[in-house]
Amino acid sequence: MSYLLTATCAVPAAGAVLTAALPAGTTDARRRTTKTVAVAVSAATLALAALVAVRFEPGGTRYQLTESYSWIRSFGISFSLGVDGIGVALTLLTAVLVPLVLLASWHDADPAPAPEGTFENRRRTQGFFALILAVEAMVIVSFLATDVFVFYVFFEAMLIPMYFLIGGFGDRAGGADSAAQRSYAAVKFLLYNLLGGLVMLAAVIGLYVIGQNQGFATFDLPTLTGAIADGKLVIDPVAQKALFLGFFFAFAVKAPLWPLHTWLPNAMGEATAGTAVLITAVVDKVGTFAMLRFCLGLFPDASKTFAPAILVLSLVSIVYGALLAVGQKDIKRLVAYASISHFGFIIMGIFAMTSQGQSGATLYMVNHGISTAAWMLVAGFLISRRGSRLIADYGGGQKVAPVLAGTFLIGGLATLSLPGLAPFVSEFLVLVGTFTRYPVVGIIATFGIVLAALYALVLYQRTMTGPVKEGVRHLPDLKLRELAVVTPLVALTILLGVYPKPLTDIVNPAVDATLSQVHQTDPAPAHPVAATTGGEQK
Amino acid sequence: MNSLIPLLVAAPLAGAALLLLGGRRLDRFGHWLATLLAATSFGFGLALFADLLGRPGDDRTLHETLYSWIPVNGFQADVAFQLDQLSIVFVLLISGVGTLIHLYSVGYMAHDERRRRFFGYLNLFLAAMLLLVLADNYLLLYVGWEGVGLASYLLIGFWQHKPSAATAAKKAFLVNRVGDIGLSIAIMLMFTTFGSFTFGPVFGAAGDAGESRLTAIGLMLLLAACGKSAQVPLQSWLGDAMEGPTPVSALIHAATMVTAGVYLITRSSAIFNLAPDAQLVVVVVGTVTLLYGAIVGCAKDDIKKALAGSTMSQIGYMILAAGLGPIGYAFAIMHLVTHGFFKAGLFLGAGSVMHGMNDEVDMRHFGGLRKYMPITFVTFGLGYLAIIGFPGLSGFFSKDKIIEAAFAKGGTEGWILGTCALIGAAVTAFYMTRVMLMTFFGEKRWQPDAEGHQPHPHESPSTMTLPMIVLAFGSVFAGGLFVYGDSFVNWLEPVTGHAEGDSPLTPLTVTLITTALMVVGVAISYAMYGRSPVPVEAPKGSLLTRAARRDLMQDEINHAVLVRPGTGLVASLVFFDSKAVDGFVNGLAATIGGLSGRLRRMQTGFVRSYALSMFGGTLVLVATTLLMRSV
Repeated sequence: MSYLLTATCAVPAAGAVLTAALPAGTTDARRRTTKTVAVAVSAATLALAALVAVRFEPGGTRYQLTESYSWIRSFGISFSLGVDGIGVALTLLTAVLVPLVLLASWHDADPAPAPEGTFENRRRTQGFFALILAVEAMVIVSFLATDVFVFYVFFEAMLIPMYFLIGGFGDRAGGADSAAQRSYAAVKFLLYNLLGGLVMLAAVIGLYVIGQNQGFATFDLPTLTGAIADGKLVIDPVAQKALFLGFFFAFAVKAPLWPLHTWLPNAMGEATAGTAVLITAVVDKVGTFAMLRFCLGLFPDASKTFAPAILVLSLVSIVYGALLAVGQKDIKRLVAYASISHFGFIIMGIFAMTSQGQSGATLYMVNHGISTAAWMLVAGFLISRRGSRLIADYGGGQKVAPVLAGTFLIGGLATLSLPGLAPFVSEFLVLVGTFTRYPVVGIIATFGIVLAALYALVLYQRTMTGPVKEGVRHLPDLKLRELAVVTPLVALTILLGVYPKPLTDIVNPAVDATLSQVHQTDPAPAHPVAATTGGEQK
Repeated sequence: MNSLIPLLVAAPLAGAALLLLGGRRLDRFGHWLATLLAATSFGFGLALFADLLGRPGDDRTLHETLYSWIPVNGFQADVAFQLDQLSIVFVLLISGVGTLIHLYSVGYMAHDERRRRFFGYLNLFLAAMLLLVLADNYLLLYVGWEGVGLASYLLIGFWQHKPSAATAAKKAFLVNRVGDIGLSIAIMLMFTTFGSFTFGPVFGAAGDAGESRLTAIGLMLLLAACGKSAQVPLQSWLGDAMEGPTPVSALIHAATMVTAGVYLITRSSAIFNLAPDAQLVVVVVGTVTLLYGAIVGCAKDDIKKALAGSTMSQIGYMILAAGLGPIGYAFAIMHLVTHGFFKAGLFLGAGSVMHGMNDEVDMRHFGGLRKYMPITFVTFGLGYLAIIGFPGLSGFFSKDKIIEAAFAKGGTEGWILGTCALIGAAVTAFYMTRVMLMTFFGEKRWQPDAEGHQPHPHESPSTMTLPMIVLAFGSVFAGGLFVYGDSFVNWLEPVTGHAEGDSPLTPLTVTLITTALMVVGVAISYAMYGRSPVPVEAPKGSLLTRAARRDLMQDEINHAVLVRPGTGLVASLVFFDSKAVDGFVNGLAATIGGLSGRLRRMQTGFVRSYALSMFGGTLVLVATTLLMRSV
């Protein structure tokens, strides 16, 4: 048994403790030590995650690098870890984004004149960086856990550090009541997600009870899904639907799916740009990831029953989120609503239950993470310069800060899924995968691409073009640290758009396994041609 | 030879990357580097053309697969190229005219501080456009398709500090995105029908699919073509796109990108040939647009917008021809190439005039320029003669063939289409003569610019005049060359097929009528603008003139149908989201948790205890429930 997966979660967890324990940040030098340690820890995590990806064999068994430690024996709970291709992809995403988020947030937790009522003390810097590492650790456990209970515990536990990150650290661009706004956002985030978690808890317990009655007193996911697939564990249809809804509700709050989405714009708007990225690019992905792994694996029949209804909700998310994004006056809330639209695509891809849809959805999680991180972090750099989140306060940025404007445009173009950039690959796969089974849904979703172009380009036009606005005139261009954050993100966006094969190779087998769990095969073409891969003629 | 194909795209792509990332170091020679790389592509294109010429007619299709792009069960998209008789025509046109316009821009953009970036975008455009015509499957074509859209967006909005330019750029991208929905859906339909979207397999299997599916695919491809080629009803962006620097208008919005729709339809001939209903819609769109563009072109006083109307109209001819099927494909492409020469030349001439006239675009403020800009006058004049179809010049041959083909469609349809095409020819002669007279003839109506500088028109530098001269040669001779021995039709036939139509009129009759109508158009125009002085202020004009000046109310219609209801919808949704959805859930939360009452306490430091107690509560609940079970 290797300890690689445990190490991948333990390093950021230990790093969080270490960072929190460092001497209080009373001087710049001490704060720099804290930040450097945190970045080093996250870099080590990235190295471990990369090792996981290298060790992982795409053609091998479903869950690899497995580890298991007995935890609460009387309930059959053990701390079990294991990865499949989807888990590898999302762990890597998390491990790539966290160091960049830390680097981008370098000065966000410095003890500047903080507004009244915020979480402010001498350990503020330590707190911020430690909390982010804690979130990283918990998210990674969620991606790796193969025990339903362990997953649930960490799924819930990450609310605590997230709550403090949202409530305690703002972007200093809010108005006079920003502290109140922030508290409101944090509490709203907590309440929504706690509610989801509680419902899920009931379902987790219900699942255990049903399993126990049939001789499966365990939370071990492979055992449960295997037994369900083989017909050894039979959950009667009514119970299955109820349990499915319990799990799905929690994940749909986190993802978030319309109409459970309203916490996201508040949270992303009030938090620092780094935290906002953490929310939308990393934490929320646990929700969509869990739909694929838990909802489909544990409740295949109920998943199929509810698929049409969920597709409708996801379609509403796509269109509604995009329309709301068009109507926003606040840059960060615009990005948040755009994300809601994108989560609609991800969920649609999952529940279309085709291999293009689900591979596309998995790629979408990764690509949305990278591209939204780029877009949001550059927006954060912009906001930190001008001290305002309002679109109307900007104009002509291209003239004063061309590099910042250029990267902001690339982020926007990625968001609107420009072909050649990574999000196009995943979005098109989701659309095709949906279209083959539900043509009408696929066609309506396609209209989302026009709305995406509208909100992304309108945002760029209003902030970066036209005459230079007062207050923007002296904005400096991107600094070296900021460039170091944006460059890898832009490079990945292009690389995964031009050559996504390494990712699809890892993801495809896991998707096949998921689809066979729900007994679904892709609809066959009406008049198939002999498969060609470009027939070379010399 | 095959390995040269990817290099066609790679050369300008490398240029774009270098220029856009390279920084100020490249400011001094970046524009020459870009021009050189464009010329390199052209050189590769010539080499490949020579290679194709050396092969027998049925063996002129080269394939080159680079790598597997998106492999997901059953869904295989490769980065793979196909070069055949059709694509090589585009390759030569794009890289050839592209190189000339790079050269022209060296002079035209000499004083722009962001010249390096301009050339980076131009190179990006070339790469995307070459990818579009070289892709061997629709998904890779889509990359080029939106890639040229991006380049167009960046170049229309190149002078971003002008709000009008930024708005025009965004509008172009958005309208094109509407068209792109069509391309997306067409690809999805192909995938569900054939399990593939690669040209060869799809065209091979097209016969198996039912007509209704092919019609659906055809209509979706047409929607895409309407967006890119500015055909009714997605035409509204092209006039505004003239906000871009004039070399951009010449290359992208006249000679190459806007003709991509014609390429798409011609390339998909195997689908359209089996979907007559879709073809009918194609010819209707083409015919409506050729008249629409011509009418708009008559009323514009802005020289570039007049030419833009003309571009729309000429592409209408091409779309019409492409919709006619095998009797028209080759002529659509032939007109596309000759139009590429003369319209690019006309735009470059317009740019040269603007260059000498302090960037003035209003033709009412021109006049008498022929003496001051002789080279511009002669080259523009030859382009003018070519476009109106003066016997012997390029446009005479290519447009005449389309009008013949329209009549050859047969039946009432043939008469209607042919008549419309004839009327269009007369109107073309009218508005182009108007442009010619208002710009180069008559009295001087020059006005000082905004800073009060009187214009001092002068001939442009040789980097600008040389491309104009080369294009003028093309405008004069290309048509004759193409029809000589039917060389062009024979060249394309293996790809597009060719059929002789059954025209009720002999070719000679059509030619005579066309020429007569051209003379009428010129004569009316001369009577209106040549014999009496042109007023500096535009007269009020008839109802039609006023409508045509406003592009026949296209923006008003779009505004009323889309923008205003859309804005209202968004506003009401924003309200709904914060009041209804959020309010409902919050109300629930407030009832349950006393949220509103506690909010005040949040601010005073109880945040942690509150959250911890909630989480603690959850844990207790977990523990109790589990314990209860085991008891």
